[in-house]
Order: sequence, then structure tokens, then C-alpha cells
Amino acid sequence: MPTSETIRKHTILPLTRVEGHGKVTIHRNGDGEVEQARLHIVEFRGFERFILGRPYWEVPVIVQRLCGICPVSHHLAAAKAMDRIVGGERLTPTAEKIRRLMHHGQMFQSHALHFFHLASPDFLFGTDGTAASAFSAPVEQRNVLAVAARHPDLAVQGVMMRRYGQEIIRATAGKKIHGTGAIPGGVNKNLSLSERDALLRDAGRMLAWARGALAIARDFTMDHLVELTPFGSFDSNHLSLVRGADGALDLYDGVLRAVDKDGNRLVDDVDYQRYLEVVGEEVRPWSYMKFPFLKKLGPEQGWYRVGPLARLNTCSFIDTPEAEAARRTFLSLTKGRPNNVTMCYHWARMIELLHSIESIRVLLEDPDLQGEDLVVTGPRREETVGVIEAPRGTLFHHYRVNRNDEVTLCNLIVSTTHNNEPMNRAVTRVAKDHLRGGDGIPEGLLNHIEVAIRAYDPCLSCATHAVGGMPLIVELHDADGVVVDRRVRGGG
Amino acid sequence: MSSKARIATVSLAGCFGCHMSILDIDQRILQLADLVEFDRSPINDYKDFQGRCAVGIVEGGCCNEENVHVLERFRRQCDVLVSLGDCAINGGIPAMRNNIPLRECLEDAYLKSPGVYNPAGTVPNDPELPLLLNRLYPCHEVVRIDHFIPGCPPPADAIWDALVGLLTGKPVAPVYNRLKYD
Repeated sequence: MPTSETIRKHTILPLTRVEGHGKVTIHRNGDGEVEQARLHIVEFRGFERFILGRPYWEVPVIVQRLCGICPVSHHLAAAKAMDRIVGGERLTPTAEKIRRLMHHGQMFQSHALHFFHLASPDFLFGTDGTAASAFSAPVEQRNVLAVAARHPDLAVQGVMMRRYGQEIIRATAGKKIHGTGAIPGGVNKNLSLSERDALLRDAGRMLAWARGALAIARDFTMDHLVELTPFGSFDSNHLSLVRGADGALDLYDGVLRAVDKDGNRLVDDVDYQRYLEVVGEEVRPWSYMKFPFLKKLGPEQGWYRVGPLARLNTCSFIDTPEAEAARRTFLSLTKGRPNNVTMCYHWARMIELLHSIESIRVLLEDPDLQGEDLVVTGPRREETVGVIEAPRGTLFHHYRVNRNDEVTLCNLIVSTTHNNEPMNRAVTRVAKDHLRGGDGIPEGLLNHIEVAIRAYDPCLSCATHAVGGMPLIVELHDADGVVVDRRVRGGG
Repeated sequence: MSSKARIATVSLAGCFGCHMSILDIDQRILQLADLVEFDRSPINDYKDFQGRCAVGIVEGGCCNEENVHVLERFRRQCDVLVSLGDCAINGGIPAMRNNIPLRECLEDAYLKSPGVYNPAGTVPNDPELPLLLNRLYPCHEVVRIDHFIPGCPPPADAIWDALVGLLTGKPVAPVYNRLKYD
């Protein structure tokens, strides 16, 4: 049998319909009121250590194994970092556009996966049409196959949209999952005319379906605005990359911008090579996932959100027409100020889905994709930072590489880690608002908590750089710390 | 409960890439719903096994004691157990930590990494956090495994053919050009 080290054992089983595994504990006082609720990340994988000593060109291929859901994000963030190691950060037009196409393909598949395969049962199955009862639909309805049985057209659209994004990744990276297309200083293939034509053939249909998905997310939000506005919500700061020249939404590259809850600039378009001046990461003993904060505000006040909601709050505009029109509608809800409603992540995510398919169509028509100048190199560097906007938010990769080509330092801050404090606050808010009376956990609370976590589309697989399975358990402790109730989602 | 064959899936010390490759069977997943009933799986909300399963599919190896318990439970509940992908079969990329003391991995991540704010100077150690194993264990070192589907991740067509073969009882011929290693 395997032996083990020091940490005390706790029963764990999988959290469902999020990517990865999570666990929630809730503490109540003698009056039955919620005092503390925590989302724990209980895995640890050690990527930052075991990558040391590996040759730098292996890194984009190895680190994407952090996560099979958005491997392209890690692949590209590492490749962008290694571009600077080989002095090739000024990519050829072909290389940069192939990478952008790959990234939009992944944004499209990941957002479609989250919305249709994972979150849609929470929207589609209500018992009396209210948002709150929707979240409490019977357990056997809360999966994509039940969606397929009741709304077959919608399920097929979700499956085919995800497939379309995956086909773009295969055409640009060689494989749908864990591809090899980006290499230090460029890419290893262009897009053939036959690949381009196959992708163009379906692009119109994908655009139409993306509009439909956006309408579902928008209408659900607007129809249930009263219930959704307070659900797991709170004011926060927001951080993302924006395009350096004009502040446009840019998912592949840019400068760091952060705003507060009212839209005031906290971080004003800073070069991400200086990210250590901007963000720190607090370690707390009860989670393997760290708690990032803006250094100028400190760990107490400096926490922030990332991902689709944050990106729509930080960017000045979107450079594709339909997504920009959708952004304006979205902002009109909050009169142009940042939107701090947790459940609005879904709407924001579908605006980005539309932006990605619009961008894909523009890119596919660009003859640079058939160019043959794929790689550049220049003066060698020893230290480098690569940052990208992954589907779930800002992703930082920081490396040092010695003269023997070996990696000597690796620091990763993944998207979901930034949302650690916000997800904990969302869990706390939902627990306090919905957990009342009696000793037991009311029916539906478990899924309510998951709905709040799910809004962030967390990738807990990434978040821990971790090994292993960590599911969601909700435990209820009384004032003496004794477990009075326990619900386990997902397994054995 | 219907008479369809039941399937359960789980991700242990994996990255969910193998589960994504299952979803890459695309529209065939709707076909699959006609053939089988899904028991516990990350894509639905079942909290535990709903019944005995014909097939259990395991992604990832074992990195902590919970992985071992879940894997043992899968072995007890499933007639046929399949190791899906390189992490389940040989530990995969996470097994790169096997040559490094665990303590060193933890200290690098929580004490020495740039930008870390850790005034207490401790690595996460709460009783809520589960027990890490000294190294990564492939699934067949923990329980008996009946079938192995290699790849990182295995291609969707290989997963589909294996599932159809298992459900119909017909042998599956390996397709050489699907076996890719990078």
C-alpha cells in the first residue's frame, strides 16, 4: 500500500459540473447563524517544482497538462514566455495570427462547454419559473443528457459549437487536447487552404448559434434580475489584460488594468513583465490555492475578480461589432459602471463567445494564415513573464532559464486562483442568505452553493497545480465544531 | 432503474483532459445516451453510485489517500474497470514529482515562490486538507484493472470504439496510427 506524509485524512469526493474538484465547509454559531463558509482546495501537484531542470522548449507542452479543459491557455502563456527567452517576442504576422486563431478556438469551445454542458441545467429546469427554484431542480435533471432529452436542438448546438472550437485547435495545434502548435518564437505550422475552407464552411452557423446562446443568457438574467442580483454578489475590484494601444478587449496580449467597484483605475495599463510589482499571493493554511491581491491595497482590500465579468468591466470597448453592441446593452444595466453581480458572469461569458466567433471569421479570411515565415529568434534572455487571458481569467507564467537551457524558476498564477477570495465570498453570501433555521442542510442548498461557484466557471484542476480528486463536500458544524450534517456531491 | 448498461466515470490525479476527450465523441454522446445510463460522473450531479455498473472509467492515477479510496470503491462497484489515459496507466506528468521529496515541492510553492505573502511561514496544513501520498501511483498498482486505453489524452475515436466493444462484447482491434506520444 502507498505510504503517506503528515496531513490528516479527510473524506473527499468530486464536485460536479465544474472543472476539477472542490470542498466547502460551513460553520454556524449557537443560534444557528452562519459564521464562516469556506471553499477549500485540497490538492497539490507541484508543477512549479518538478518543471525545474527541464529544457525550456519542453515547457509549453508539459505545463498544459495542468489542465485538459483549457490546455491552449497554458500552452500559449508558456510559449509567450519562451518567445522572450529566445528573443522572438516580435512574432511574424503568420505566427501571431495562428496563435490568436487557436486561442479564439479554445475560448469558443470552453465557453460553449461551460454554458451548455455544465451550467445550462441550472437555467433550463425550473419548477415554478423562479431562479431560486431553478437551482433546485431534481438531481436527475441536472446534466447535459437531460437537457438533450428536453431541448434536443439546444444540446446539439452546444455539442457542435464545442466541436467547432476543438476543430480550430486541431487545425492550429495538431491535436484537440494537449497540442504542440506553439513553439518558442512562433508556431510549427500554418493553416492550409483546405483546413481554412472546412472551418469557413461552418462559421456562419456558429455565429447564428452564438447569438442564440447570448440571447438565452441575457434573457434569463433579465427575467430573473430580482433574484439573481443579490445571489452570491458583492462589490469588488476587477483585473484583466486590455490592448495596450486603446484599451480594447484583447484575450491574447496587452497590458494589466484593474478598476475598483465604481470603475476608478487601480492599475493603469502596466507592462505585465512587472507583474510582481502589481500582485502578491497570500498563503492561508486551509487551502492549497493561494489568495492573490493588488499590492497597493494589501491583502485585506486588494482582492479582485478576473474572467469574463472582470474583462467587460475593465475594457474600453470590444473591437467586433456584435459583441460591442452586446457589451453596451450589458453596461446599460449598471449605467456604464462596473457590473458586480456574480450571476452576470454567464451573460458576460456569452458576449465573449460571440466576440470569439466574430474574430474567428475575420482571422480565417486573412491570407497571413497561409504565410510560411513561422519562427523568429533574437538576443537571448534569462528571465521572462508570459500572460494571457484564459477563458476563466488572467493567467501568469514566470520563468528563469539558465545558459544550459534548463528552467531554474517557475511561478504560475492561474485564472481560478485570482477568483479564490471572490468564490469564498460568494459561498459565504449564499450560505448566509439561504441557510436558515433547523440543524439540517435544506434541500437545494448544496446546488445553490454550486451555482454560485459555477458562475466563475472555476477550473480547480488548474488552480492547485495539483494532483488528484477533490470533490465538493458541504459540512455543517455547530458552535462546538461538531459535524451536525454533511452532504457529499459526486461520489463514493 | 432502466435495463440499460450503467457507466461511471471519475477523474483522480488527472487534468480532466481525458474527460474532455470523452466529450470529443461529439454528437455520438447523444447516441451513447440511448445505449447506457450514466451513473456517478463529473458531468452530472449524482452524489454516489446509484447502482452496480457495467463499466467504470478512471482518469488519473492516485496522488492522495482519497484517490485510493475512490478507486477501490470503483473496483467494488464496477464489473469492468478501464484505465483511461497515461496518468491512470503510468502516473503521467504528475509522476514527475516522484523523484522529488514532497516537502521540497510544498516549500517551493508556498514559501519560496516569487510574490508570495506568507508571514506565518507555513505550508497549508489544515486538518481539512487530505493526505498526500509520497508519490504518484498508477491505478493498476492499487486495484486490478481490466483494460487500458493509452494516450495523453486517448483520441475520442479510440474511446468510442472501446466503449462500443465493451458494451457489445466484441473485441476491439488497436489502430496503430491513433497511438501518438508527444
